Amino acid sequence: MSQKEKESRKRDETEETPSEPEVPAGAQERAKKVAEEADDILDKIDEVLEKNAASFVKSFIQKGGE
Amino acid sequence: MHRRIMGLESEYGFLFTNTGDRIFPPERALEYLFQGIMQNSWSRDAFLPNGGRIYQDTGSHPEYSTPECDQVRDVVIHDKAGERILSRAVETVSHQLEVEGIDGHLYVLKNNTDSAGNSYGCHENYLIDRNVTFWRLSRTLIPFFVSRQILTGAGGLVRKADESVRFVISPRSLHIREKISCSTTSSRPIINTRDEPHSDPQKYRRLHIIVGDSNMSEISDLLKVGTTALVLEVIEGGGLHDRMSLEDPIRAIREISEDPTLSVRVRLESGLELTALEIQESYLEACRDFFHKEGTTPAVRDMLDLWEKILFDLSKWNEPVLGREIDWVIKWRLLTRYRDRKRGNWEDPALAMLDYQYHDVHEEKGLYNLLRKSGCVDRIAGDSEILSAMEKPPQTTRARLRGAHIREAMEHHRSYTVDWTYMRLNDPPQETLHWADPFNAAEVP
Repeated sequence: MSQKEKESRKRDETEETPSEPEVPAGAQERAKKVAEEADDILDKIDEVLEKNAASFVKSFIQKGGE
Repeated sequence: MHRRIMGLESEYGFLFTNTGDRIFPPERALEYLFQGIMQNSWSRDAFLPNGGRIYQDTGSHPEYSTPECDQVRDVVIHDKAGERILSRAVETVSHQLEVEGIDGHLYVLKNNTDSAGNSYGCHENYLIDRNVTFWRLSRTLIPFFVSRQILTGAGGLVRKADESVRFVISPRSLHIREKISCSTTSSRPIINTRDEPHSDPQKYRRLHIIVGDSNMSEISDLLKVGTTALVLEVIEGGGLHDRMSLEDPIRAIREISEDPTLSVRVRLESGLELTALEIQESYLEACRDFFHKEGTTPAVRDMLDLWEKILFDLSKWNEPVLGREIDWVIKWRLLTRYRDRKRGNWEDPALAMLDYQYHDVHEEKGLYNLLRKSGCVDRIAGDSEILSAMEKPPQTTRARLRGAHIREAMEHHRSYTVDWTYMRLNDPPQETLHWADPFNAAEVP
């Protein structure tokens, strides 16, 4: 069994014992940062998102291909 | 991983909307687009100096085929280069229309579905050993492709008959009707039987896979081709048998696509019921075992590790991380956040727009590109590599020769005919160059 497999098996075993929800150091901060980034990106999306969504969606018809 | 010739063909959605008084037909806009790629040519089918091919597919789509690659990473880089070639052409055409006083917008979308229920594909090509029984190969591959969408799905919103809208992992999966066939349009199969190896047919056959989504995420794209190449090598090496065969693969592929919680179980012929994650884990384990015995390389190890990492994150629903990595989770995250911010529902047309615009190749308007430029997605390729691949073929396959000779012929204004395996210079004495072996990147003396 390779080292990787051992690690993978070990992970499987820990999955069965849901007693230690230890959050890795920095994970929460990272999550917070990601959330902030996401808000920021939604503002940017609002700026470029086509305003005439309904009519675009209606007219976006392809004849098929392949 | 042994050397294998691989490539992707992507069909792009195309739309031109006329906004001014001067009528300009969409067909003309498409003509302009092709001229934006091949100046001074009215052709709508051409090989490019980077060894790739751009052509107009039936149904007025631009289609880009990467040159032959022998490294998974090169496939991704050249696939992304195809997007950039089109996005640059869109810019050129937009400018030209402005000069001519025509008001309108040109959209080129690297996606697979439109709003009327049509689908167009991303076709994967792998050169495989002719000696492997195609029947065994196909049977062994089908459960892999049915479940692969949890890594490689593009994500998307689908309108149902009752007008309600739902999110699916892979929009393309809903258009698959058969396991294996020669069709690409009427009754789409997972594996298409087209067998044009463009090389020695005694040694090789072509495996043509049409079940996958087009990817914007470089990581999804890498996983699509990379995991498939690993599985193929194991099957060619005599491993992996069809113990995972599904009772009803077409139903299974749909059920998996329609369940972003990844909890749905599909039934195997053996009677076992497994989730897509469990099926993928089983393929991963078989690959690990095989390469552990047969010997491994850093490229194989990296691919196996990435595959395992993504499956692990999916099993824990690590959304913040996956939301930077793979298309369907990136898009799920965007759509749900946008929906919640607007306090809307899935039926809001703005969300459908967001879904489409994610795939727009435009550097500023395309939402995936916006995320990329804002540092919100993880990548495996560099911009400089992608820009270089717009001009330069892979240097390790015959695409190198094709590209170099096309460039030279263009520079000298020589007339030529070119295809995957040859190039003929049309001026007397009509010299023809043959490139029968796709692995050979050196000039034949």
